[in-house]
Amino acid sequence: MNSIPFDTLLKVALALVLAPICGGLLTGLDRILTARLQGRLGPPLLQPFFDLIKLFGKEPITSNRLQRAFIWGHLAMTMTSLGLLVMLDDLLALTIILGFASVCLVLAGFAVRSPYSYFGAQRELMVLLSCEPILLLFAIAYYLDTGSFLASSALALKTPLLAALPLAYLGLVVALAMKTRKSPFDVSTSHHAHQELVKGVTTELSGRYLAMAELAQWYELTVLLGLIALFWPRPLWVGVLLALVSYLALILLDNASARLTWRWMVRTSWSVAVSAIVLNMIGLYILRR
Amino acid sequence: MGLLSLARVRSPWLLHFDCGSCNGCDIEILACLTPVYDVERFGIVNMGNPKHADLLVVTGPANRRSARVLENLYEQMPRPKIVVAVGACACSGGVFHACPNVLGGVDKVVPVDIYVPGCAARPEAIIDGIVLGLGRLNGNGKRDGAAAPGQS
Ligand code: SF4
Repeated sequence: MNSIPFDTLLKVALALVLAPICGGLLTGLDRILTARLQGRLGPPLLQPFFDLIKLFGKEPITSNRLQRAFIWGHLAMTMTSLGLLVMLDDLLALTIILGFASVCLVLAGFAVRSPYSYFGAQRELMVLLSCEPILLLFAIAYYLDTGSFLASSALALKTPLLAALPLAYLGLVVALAMKTRKSPFDVSTSHHAHQELVKGVTTELSGRYLAMAELAQWYELTVLLGLIALFWPRPLWVGVLLALVSYLALILLDNASARLTWRWMVRTSWSVAVSAIVLNMIGLYILRR
Repeated sequence: MGLLSLARVRSPWLLHFDCGSCNGCDIEILACLTPVYDVERFGIVNMGNPKHADLLVVTGPANRRSARVLENLYEQMPRPKIVVAVGACACSGGVFHACPNVLGGVDKVVPVDIYVPGCAARPEAIIDGIVLGLGRLNGNGKRDGAAAPGQS
């Protein structure tokens, strides 16, 4: 077994520290923008950090050990996927681990006897059903273009990935909207006042376990934005800008649309996003022949 | 002030329970969330879930029906937590105090930290009461007698 070089480990450690800071700041920005769009002033930028620290200091009430174990798993797997991205490793493995992270959250929701938690977990499963095909097909389209699943091969391309995979980019943005629970896809739980079914999959979490679920969200957000940045990795600031603009567009969409049903979400994902990526792959195949 | 204390004061999530009010006070609480008062400026968010809440804001008098639910909600909230009674009804029973089904103020059922008077309580008074209550979140459940806004 070849060992991982020291500077890569350092990079991963740095990313694991910086990612929650980025995720928290983006969430704070999201809350301010949302408030401004509603004609309010909104909370301070650091509000998500206050919330997180407070939650870590509260009494954690959980129904059983299983639920706690699954929340630990949820956080650990999301962190692993970030590590894989920073190491510029296998994108296929990354998407699958990200999927497993969501499965852990679903199982945490099913681990307790609460109808609200059950509803949320079932809906989170539907998010998974809509999201995973997009992410997996993105990885395959990526392979068709670069000839490898390694994230490092996007850096070696002469023309950015976006030129070859514009429709796959759009598909990935839809997946980002689902994973970050933006309207109209916020079916499993929501950060807004117009919440439904109490708090969905996070209903039965409290104290530090709720904080860990929130932290995992921030890691997930940075991983997905990192995937979008891969579409234009050289120079990196263009990619980061692309990711930020995509996220901003999603915040606008979030405030401009209402929550729709999970059936609508699954239908849209499979008919629009998945077929867009497949179309992109067919086009690429014909052009490259 | 430590980081945790600061975070507690800056991030109160509240659970609103209507014990049987005339809805006058409830509308005033909702008014606090509108652009005019916008309590999210102070990090205050309305949660529909006792397990996520720090503050229990109660309106209306305690009656035989709602007492059970109120007690249950209070028990489900993780510590540290405080209770704010909003409106004359929640404080003492108000105009309903002589009804046969009414027990009196909500302090007959759960320990109340802050009493906000008024019929209906004004949004300014409600915000004042909640801010007054925040100082007590750091006592980690320790209680030293209740207070009303403007007299601490
Ligand atoms: S205090 Fe007045 S406004 Fe408030 S619930 Fe009682 S009767 Fe209604």
